Amino acid sequence: MAIFLNADSKVIVQGMTGSEGMKHTQRMLKSGTEIVGGVNPRKAGTTVDFEGGVSVPVFGSVKEAIDATGANVSVIFVPAQFTKAAAVEAIDAEIPLAVVITEGVAVKDTAEFYNYAKDKGTTRIVGPNCPGLITPGVSNAGIIPADISGSGRIGLVSKSGTLTYQMMYELRDFGFSSAVGIGGDPIIGTTHIDCLEAFQNDPDTDAIVMIGEIGGDAEERAAAYIKENVTKPVVGYVAGFTAPEGKTMGHAGAIVSGSSGTAQAKKEALEAAGVKVGKTPSETAELMREIMQGLAK
Amino acid sequence: MDLFEYQARDMFEKHGVPVLAGAIATTPEEARAAAEQIGPKSGGVTVVKAQVKTGGRGKAGGVKVTKSPDEAQAAAEAILGMDIKGHTVGTVMIAQGARIAEEYYFSILLDRANRTYLAMCSKEGGMEIEQLAVERPDALARIAVDPNTGIDEAKAKEIVDAAGFDEADKAAIADVIQKLWTVYRDEDATLVEVNPLVKTEDGDVVALDGKVTLDANADFRHEDHAALEDKAEADPLEAAAKEKDLNYVKLDGSVGIIGNGAGLVMSTLDVVAYAGEEFGGQKPANFLDIGGGASAEVMANGLHIILSDPQVKSVFVNVFGGITACDAVANGIVGALDALGDEENRPLVVRLDGNNVEEGRRILQERNHPLVTVEPTMDGAARRAAELASQA
Repeated sequence: MAIFLNADSKVIVQGMTGSEGMKHTQRMLKSGTEIVGGVNPRKAGTTVDFEGGVSVPVFGSVKEAIDATGANVSVIFVPAQFTKAAAVEAIDAEIPLAVVITEGVAVKDTAEFYNYAKDKGTTRIVGPNCPGLITPGVSNAGIIPADISGSGRIGLVSKSGTLTYQMMYELRDFGFSSAVGIGGDPIIGTTHIDCLEAFQNDPDTDAIVMIGEIGGDAEERAAAYIKENVTKPVVGYVAGFTAPEGKTMGHAGAIVSGSSGTAQAKKEALEAAGVKVGKTPSETAELMREIMQGLAK
Repeated sequence: MDLFEYQARDMFEKHGVPVLAGAIATTPEEARAAAEQIGPKSGGVTVVKAQVKTGGRGKAGGVKVTKSPDEAQAAAEAILGMDIKGHTVGTVMIAQGARIAEEYYFSILLDRANRTYLAMCSKEGGMEIEQLAVERPDALARIAVDPNTGIDEAKAKEIVDAAGFDEADKAAIADVIQKLWTVYRDEDATLVEVNPLVKTEDGDVVALDGKVTLDANADFRHEDHAALEDKAEADPLEAAAKEKDLNYVKLDGSVGIIGNGAGLVMSTLDVVAYAGEEFGGQKPANFLDIGGGASAEVMANGLHIILSDPQVKSVFVNVFGGITACDAVANGIVGALDALGDEENRPLVVRLDGNNVEEGRRILQERNHPLVTVEPTMDGAARRAAELASQA
């Protein structure tokens, strides 16, 4: 089962013929993803050959790709200036899942395409500025390395790419049902809460790791959601305790403004909701390890 | 990027938002000349205002009403060089005086929770908005703004109705609000705040003070925004890092940090700070994210920036290779250290995992540089880096 991405996922890549798109399409193919097409109006009708003897057709539009292949996931690698147009095209074609990997997208563009998707109601957006999501051994939509961890029964949702990798690495002996990198931008299409809800309803997930960071109040809202709706055990980690006020720490959304958005406030909110919060990634992994060992008994 | 008040004022003017005349000065003499020009528009009265990117400057004495060019010069003399919450005043704005009848508040900002924009408006302007929100929440109207439809005439009317303005004032205020929306939309702002928005005794609605934050990710469609950057204010190391396209934030501690990915680097800062408690309170010296897929060159550039900081006593390189290849990181470290030669004596602790980790560790082992220690875990490496910093 897993969440959002499964054995029925047929993936197209917008921006496949660019250098990032080529590199990651190759990696996605290698990890077993069913890639059914690329999109580039200037190269429509051609095919691109990848290692392993796979030949992927290029379509002129997302709509054409869906009509020809039954694609239901698009991974977007186009440069930031063109990301909104690519996302709008995917939304117009009513693709069920659009994963926007591109970083540095203007927040106005994201605000506009996210709300466009929301009004239309047919496309879930993940990202932007995210590593995408993986259901290990089944499908991989984005740039999460498939060889870090195999399949298992832990669900992972994270604002950060490398902390996703770190946590998957620490818990690779248990494995993951799905891992979703939701991105660290101020406006993102899929939130911690969306993933918590999906993991709670996923019969293949026993426990959930949630990784947050400074900025905004998404973790506080997730904590409130967990308290009311999540019965599976949740372990949390929040990065940025030492971040100074008013400085953006890499992710556009990672900024402490006055007293809001601090790691301490997020940790307290999660703990008040019954979430065990680790001080470091390894301590967080250890908390999850104990939970999984307890569930196995 | 946050703008100075005078930059916000100019931007407002460009989009037709009513503002008062104003000019900037960096010396008392310039302030005098500006007052001679602007004063006659308002019976000789000008306001000399410190240009700092922080609130509370009025309380700090950074705003003075003056009645003559002599007074304006004296006021500028007093305000220039003043320290306001850690910001040194290098520029003042000499603004036309206004006879204020009423003060209001208006802002548009990003609503991260709702994933829309939010307009906030109040008949009670002038005070800090956080204070107003806490003390008199009913007096602050909050209206969600759909990014795709923005603030049109109907939305502006909804805002002024919700704020409870007098019927006679609504049309003029709604008109200014629509113009402020065009500033927000057309300049790719994430915040436009006017506090106070005033009604003068003559009945005009004027933006008397403005705060604007621009989205740097949108710079590709705003060539003019680069000129708004305050190069004097930026930390020299931060400026050097920016030139190399590195994501660097200067902090106060002694352990230099390089990592890949914003989340992992933030986490590294925390882990170093925890570990540092055992070693006399060693703290991270910086945030530096070399990003995904970094080359040896990017790694080397990063290391050069870190080692240019004299406060740094040890360096912790923490990389989990997702896209980034650990061998490229190792080559970057070796290359940078070889380029620095014998002059460099500060130790480096390196933790590598993930993509091509074996090759990365092999490169470091083979070079066997006396300054480099390879540690297998993030926690262990943080401890070691903090310990080494404490021994320096």
